[in-house]
Amino acid sequence: MRVGLFIPCYVDQFYPGAAIATLQLLEKLGVEAVYPKNQTCCGQPMANSGFEHLTGGCNRLFIDNFANFDYIVAPSGSCVLHIREHLHDDKQTQLANNISQKTYELTSFLTDVLKVEHLPSRFPYRVGMHQSCHGQRGLHLSSMTELVAPAFSKPGSLLKMVKDIDLIELDRKDECCGFGGTFCVTEEAVSAKMGKDRVADHLHHGAEYITGVDMSCLMHMEGILKRQGSKVKVLHIAEILNAE
Amino acid sequence: MESKDHAALAEVFNKDEDRVSWHDETLWWIRQKRDKNVHQLPEWELLRETASQIKFNVLSNLSTYLEQFEKNATCNGIKIHWAADAKEHNDIVLGLLKEHQINRMVKSKSMLTEECGLNDYLASHGIDVIDSDLGERIVQLAGEHPSHIVLPCIHKKKGEIGDLFHKYLGTPSNVDDPQFLTETARQHLREIFLTRRAALTGVNFAIAETGEFVVCTNEGNADMGTNLAEVHIASMGIEKLIPKREHLGVFLRLLTRSATGQPITTYSSHYSKPRDGKQIHIVLVDNGRSVQLGREDFRNSLKCIRCGACMNTCPVYRRSGGHSYHTAVAGPIGSILAPNLDMRKYADLPFASTLCGSCSNVCPVKIDIHQQLYKWRQVLVKAGYAPTVKKIAMQLMAATLASPTLYHAAGKMGRATIKFAPFAVNNKLNPWYKQRDMPAPPKESFGEWYARNRAGSQEPGV
Repeated sequence: MRVGLFIPCYVDQFYPGAAIATLQLLEKLGVEAVYPKNQTCCGQPMANSGFEHLTGGCNRLFIDNFANFDYIVAPSGSCVLHIREHLHDDKQTQLANNISQKTYELTSFLTDVLKVEHLPSRFPYRVGMHQSCHGQRGLHLSSMTELVAPAFSKPGSLLKMVKDIDLIELDRKDECCGFGGTFCVTEEAVSAKMGKDRVADHLHHGAEYITGVDMSCLMHMEGILKRQGSKVKVLHIAEILNAE
Repeated sequence: MESKDHAALAEVFNKDEDRVSWHDETLWWIRQKRDKNVHQLPEWELLRETASQIKFNVLSNLSTYLEQFEKNATCNGIKIHWAADAKEHNDIVLGLLKEHQINRMVKSKSMLTEECGLNDYLASHGIDVIDSDLGERIVQLAGEHPSHIVLPCIHKKKGEIGDLFHKYLGTPSNVDDPQFLTETARQHLREIFLTRRAALTGVNFAIAETGEFVVCTNEGNADMGTNLAEVHIASMGIEKLIPKREHLGVFLRLLTRSATGQPITTYSSHYSKPRDGKQIHIVLVDNGRSVQLGREDFRNSLKCIRCGACMNTCPVYRRSGGHSYHTAVAGPIGSILAPNLDMRKYADLPFASTLCGSCSNVCPVKIDIHQQLYKWRQVLVKAGYAPTVKKIAMQLMAATLASPTLYHAAGKMGRATIKFAPFAVNNKLNPWYKQRDMPAPPKESFGEWYARNRAGSQEPGV
């Protein structure tokens, strides 16, 4: 199985640790993962701002970089959701569609494709799991509190395989953190307040780390934690699943 | 934009953080009540799906159902009026009042009359209107508009209501006991109900096969008004139809569970024909609805039954307040309805969301609200309503991200800037930095690490 590693632009630039952990974790599980070097961004920042018509260049690059893999895996629910819902190319419709359907968020790739049941990882800390909305409500990585449906969580089931981890319960299990892409600057007041409230829920329950499937939400919460002088850290879920 | 947009109004609301927290907690409590209630019904998702399909049927056959409703209601002795827009609606209501030489009217809750600006219009023609829903009466006394379609004064604290009652209804000062205040309102409104010859209500559901309509209230104020008045005027959006009476069993179960977490409203009043010597008039209002029906991507927003669940669950609404949406219907649903009426004026609203998707999940008629917010953004930008600065920034970003070389150069530059010239980003011109620190710049990107650590690969972008 040959997997193309899709590393979101801001993870590449600001959180290489999350990307390295993703690569190492996949390798540990026997997957041949390759990082195509000319990849940039899925195009979501433009699309969510109303400029989807400017994402042609990103779409073409994505297709060029990832056409020749069995699967494409990314440590991000949000970027994968964008690819799943919006990757298109009028000149090669079928190819674009095939690629988008082969693109997986990391934890769902582990649970649904690799069907991982054990992990050799250990992380002896109190951890709060942030449900990133695009992964949860968009990709259905976990059940949602609004719906009357059986409970499940793909990232949660993986975290439970980690030795000595202490997962905390939150008062609001799946409230948005307020990052929202360009929303975080265009609606600064509401975005920051949402972030502060989300962080407070984790702090209230004694989290030492906040984790999740999307580094963007975590970056937003990290910004707030640092400003508050908190010692609590954020870690991408790949870094916990890869920890030994 | 001449007036303040959502972001600016939300910033004002957020100046008092304790108040924002209180507003958020209050609405979250209602969302929790809703959750508790709906989780008691194993068939909840089936009910939502059924309601959604009934409403799709209505929207696909709207003209047929409207004619059927008109015919049956007319047979029942109800007078039907057609209003193409808000102005026609207001003129019809004014005309009816003049015809009966009435200059004072009592109104129960109707968001459609808010949408049409009826109160101000009637006031400018010398007609006195009293809102009889407690929450609406409170915002009316305060000279404001409802901030929520089901909970009009949810933004006001008990003490503020006490102050208003002290000023306008003669209660002692500094009273914030809810029971005392409610009793005061009850006594005040009783006199209104007894003396008004005309009563206006909204319509929750109108039944095509029988010509009846249903008005749902928790306070019984609609009944008090309509049963005592000579003339009952019901204002109704043309999308409020359901085909059959039996469909009420679906919608009445969904409406209040979604709205407030109650199994059903205290009063679900059915009106089928006027009593002897009295009149019922229904004003069927289009006001942009048939235009929205013609917009394929946004058509199903007309399925809305105005429960307000999307507002209660919206993390942005809870922290920005209903008035920040500067339109009659606030929150997520308002943000997909309003641009249909005026793209320029409401171009900001589809952007007042993180697209978290919670609204679509609570919607009892399964409107894909967050998907429509995304689609409105595309429509508004293409129609030229994006700010110029944003347009330039997006073009620059798109060009950079379409080229690996430019992307790697920009990434390096960005990381170097944060590292060597932090003052360039850590300042008040950067909205991120106002309440959040910037991420620490790593010594290398993942691409650079990969080139060094995995054999056979090259420096990215080279």
